[in-house]
Amino acid sequence: MITFFKQDNFFRDATVAFLSWLLLIGIYYLIPDPGIHDIIQKVFILGLFALSLNILIGYLGLIAFGHATFFATGAYTLGLFLQSNFITDYNLGALSIPIAIILSILISGILSAIIGAICIRLKDIYFSFLTLAFQMFIYSIILALVNITGGDQGLMGGFPKPPFLGLDLGQPFDFYIFTLFVSIFVILMLRQLIESSFGYGLRMIRDNPERPSALGFNIKNHKLIAFILAGSIAGLAGSLQALLDVGAYPEWAFWSKSAEPLFMILLGGMHTFLGPLMGALIFEILNDFVTANTRYYGLVLGLVILGFVLGLRQGLLDWLLMQFNRK
Amino acid sequence: MEFVALLECITSPSCLLSQTAGGLKIGMLLFLVASGLTLVFGVLGVINFAHGALYMLGAYFSWQVMSVTGHFGFSVFLGALGVSIFGLLFERGLLSRVYKADLLIQILLCYSIVLILDDLVMIIWGDEFLSGIGVPEIFQIPPLFIFDAIIPPFHLVIISISLLTGIALWLLMTKTRFGHLVRATAINPSMLEALGINTTFIKASVFMLGSFLAGFGGALAASLGSIVSGMGNSILIESFIVTVIGGMGSIGGAFLASIIIGMARSFGAVAMPLFTDGLMFLIMVLVLVLRPQGLRGEKK
Repeated sequence: MITFFKQDNFFRDATVAFLSWLLLIGIYYLIPDPGIHDIIQKVFILGLFALSLNILIGYLGLIAFGHATFFATGAYTLGLFLQSNFITDYNLGALSIPIAIILSILISGILSAIIGAICIRLKDIYFSFLTLAFQMFIYSIILALVNITGGDQGLMGGFPKPPFLGLDLGQPFDFYIFTLFVSIFVILMLRQLIESSFGYGLRMIRDNPERPSALGFNIKNHKLIAFILAGSIAGLAGSLQALLDVGAYPEWAFWSKSAEPLFMILLGGMHTFLGPLMGALIFEILNDFVTANTRYYGLVLGLVILGFVLGLRQGLLDWLLMQFNRK
Repeated sequence: MEFVALLECITSPSCLLSQTAGGLKIGMLLFLVASGLTLVFGVLGVINFAHGALYMLGAYFSWQVMSVTGHFGFSVFLGALGVSIFGLLFERGLLSRVYKADLLIQILLCYSIVLILDDLVMIIWGDEFLSGIGVPEIFQIPPLFIFDAIIPPFHLVIISISLLTGIALWLLMTKTRFGHLVRATAINPSMLEALGINTTFIKASVFMLGSFLAGFGGALAASLGSIVSGMGNSILIESFIVTVIGGMGSIGGAFLASIIIGMARSFGAVAMPLFTDGLMFLIMVLVLVLRPQGLRGEKK
């Protein structure tokens, strides 16, 4: 019997998650620097993006190189829906943003089901190349549909953010607590999934692909479900990013955007659940610090990655845990 | 989609000829670069994400030699040679350390080099566009008119050079002892080592050759257009497309695929100007889905 939810430590994990959320709200008040608040919310948005990709990379061993496809799909879905007449015609009001976010997750999920069903038939580098090809195909479509997406200018003109549940996402504080709540909640759920029997099924496919088929369980279904989950969560991350920036840009669907979560996974660690979130933190701090001090961001980022690849040979959190366990 | 425009073009000799020549120019230059990528993958088993950065270096190196010597042939050749030496240092110093690591580590190592080189060339040569090294004086003549199609003579030179390089590469791989050793290394390196052959040397020289081809392509591209940091990124992706369509590791396949992509770009620009790139990726998706080993690749 395959389960998708592990209950043993759920209350412990949920408590940790809730306290982290409260702690981060406390930080908002203690450090009244909008720059810091911005970094924290970006860490969680990009962290979601990287964590979702790590379902495939860390737990399944599939190097997907087109994950930004779903990030961009989520972003454009949210933006286009909030700009559409649908909202005024049906007078959605307070429901607009929740519906837009759910729609973003759904559409990215559907797209990842289609792309995933085709990609998981291939292995190794062929899988990576097919995800890359699909990504660039979607990118070309975004550029070509100028009337809808705004082409290379991106989705311009902004969109309304009607308040709901007393939250006005136009206000920095409301946006902060909302984004953090959604991200932490999804991370909590993802944690339960990764520790469930489904999650261990993924690890078994990664480590020993013969065994699961001998045990009679369906590798393809496992891979596809993982791909859809990863795509849907990336779509959620994209929709939050679009809400933050009040727009969506074609670069979010370009292949270099898919390299970002790879960096985060490398920097933070792929074998520890929160590694990619840690990676997002390193990535954002680096980004903030380097761009403030030099124009040559790529040079510094490249050297840091090179150091990790050749020196540490694993992410920071993986390394720290190894040091900790050794003692 | 402007099928009418495409139909009109195909039925008019001047448009057909000029688009074909344009497609061949794009395709052959692409082949030069992609053949290096596919060669390195075939023998070393590594996807060199830094291949586009080597192409860019070729352009900058040849520009530098041009500004000193003013000689076109020297610039192109020394530019490519410089890149192959850089490639050797990169392979020996960095890439060979991750041959046994997983794909992700290899990709990230190469990508870090791309990020570093893109910024280094800006530090050394500035972040403005450099005007290219231009066309040698004897080709600075009015374009040819064949059936009213305008064909710059230097494009024919580029096509011929790439074609000759392809033939030389084919002869090297099939007719020489070195070529046999390279192909054997691709198939069974441990057997060769048992026979006392130094596969490390073969791998390093193949990487040098691959880098030379990337640098050569970059240097020739510098004669057609301007030079800028990041110019290797789009040719990298196009080389991936060619490598996949042709079959990974197959030089003959890369040749076929380069012509297909060159033509798709050239005629695609007539039929659907906004979606030319999309067309290439669609072809790549179709090949990977229907025939993952590519047109000329071996089935695994």
